[in-house]
Amino acid sequence: MSFLRSKPAFMEDLKNVELPFAEGVAESLQAGDLISLSGTLYTGRDQTHRRLMALLDKGEALPVDLAGQLLYYVGPSPARPGRVIGAAGPTTSGRMDLYTPRLLELGLKGTMGKGSRALPVREAMLKKQAIYLAAFGGAGAYLSKCIVAAELVAFADAGPEALFKFTVKGFPAVVINDVHGRDYYELVKSGKHTSR
Amino acid sequence: MRPVREIESAVVSEAVRTLAMEAGYDLEPDILDSLLQARDRETSPLARNVLELFLINADIASREKVPVCQDTGVAVVFVELGQDVHVIGDFRGAVQRGIQAGYEDGYLRKSVCDPITRVNTGTNTPAVIHIELVPGRQIKISMLPKGCGSENMSGLIMLPPSAGLAGMKDFVVRQVVNAGPNPCPPLVVGVGMGGTFEKAALLAKKSLIRPLGEAHPRPDVAALEKEILAAINELGQGVQGFGGVNTALAVHIEPYPAHIASLPVAVNIQCHAHRHKEITL
Repeated sequence: MSFLRSKPAFMEDLKNVELPFAEGVAESLQAGDLISLSGTLYTGRDQTHRRLMALLDKGEALPVDLAGQLLYYVGPSPARPGRVIGAAGPTTSGRMDLYTPRLLELGLKGTMGKGSRALPVREAMLKKQAIYLAAFGGAGAYLSKCIVAAELVAFADAGPEALFKFTVKGFPAVVINDVHGRDYYELVKSGKHTSR
Repeated sequence: MRPVREIESAVVSEAVRTLAMEAGYDLEPDILDSLLQARDRETSPLARNVLELFLINADIASREKVPVCQDTGVAVVFVELGQDVHVIGDFRGAVQRGIQAGYEDGYLRKSVCDPITRVNTGTNTPAVIHIELVPGRQIKISMLPKGCGSENMSGLIMLPPSAGLAGMKDFVVRQVVNAGPNPCPPLVVGVGMGGTFEKAALLAKKSLIRPLGEAHPRPDVAALEKEILAAINELGQGVQGFGGVNTALAVHIEPYPAHIASLPVAVNIQCHAHRHKEITL
């Protein structure tokens, strides 16, 4: 497919966001913003969430401090020798809805996946001034190249569902829920989003 | 008497192993063409850019042998087994061994777990295997690694016949509306219509391996496919829920005669990372 550029034109023109979020950064983002993430984030999906909840239930400390962090819902495919990670696109966020408000209470500043969040999560985000981002679902090979380091942090036996720390560079995302309570998917549905 | 053709089960294993890896990395020309056409007709600039990203993603996956999507799926394997073929050894076991080897050797994600304990089997097996006995001396194996972001948005309804085509269309469109951005649109929507509860579900799944852009041979079914596709794309949900005219790439309907009291309709949702691969032995 020689007609293709190495990245779509809009990737050249994204707003840079450093991770973890410094004070006021998440608050400055608006629903519908196209952003490029650089820095570190944590990953977790179904099993990691179940285990984090079990630790909280027992009153034990979590393996990482989530305050100010971005939690990415992903279960990567295994890395080939010599590569940082395999394909690593987002999984459906809705499955984590049950657990998210509790993590936001611990200071988690943002989550990233694909698809809509339930109303209780959106209310909890508004209350805690947290944001939700969508990564591009089904672009796991491309996104793999935006991950420059991957470190296994906890729950190794959960395989692809383990908790990793990723260092990302130029990782593209769309702001879905901002701190003002706006939801980009709903803005699109109602025709109120600004044309891009 | 026509002699029976013999095939060693190891040959089946090796074919399935290769099929699993290739399906993980290489999108077929039908889905690539469909994504390209979608990009060219797209009205939303963001959606257009994202469609281009998907084409770039497919190119990287194919060149670098990294999965198109990290969800390399439950391995769904359709087999058309010629009745004049004798497989030496355990056929189902051979398919399972091929899946296990392909997922391990190909650095594909193992996503299969026990439904009760949720403990990962670690091998991506068991695959879901559907074997159909057909005339002939060949074995056709179709591999459909099915991601579950889309699979979870599927559904089935036992409609009363009085609901008719209007009821069927309404159910299919509602299924897509309720799925929203979750299943990674643009979608391929597989519909099984008629038969029984399980037959409708199987037809919906099997309709997904029909090449995109190939209409159903029955003109009335082909017209229905076109009509429902247009209705879905008028919703404006679009690529990833970002708006535009490409909520779905195709609607495939497979009808089967039903009981006079019954109209089962199954909708199997597939994402744009629509991986499928076939081989004939």
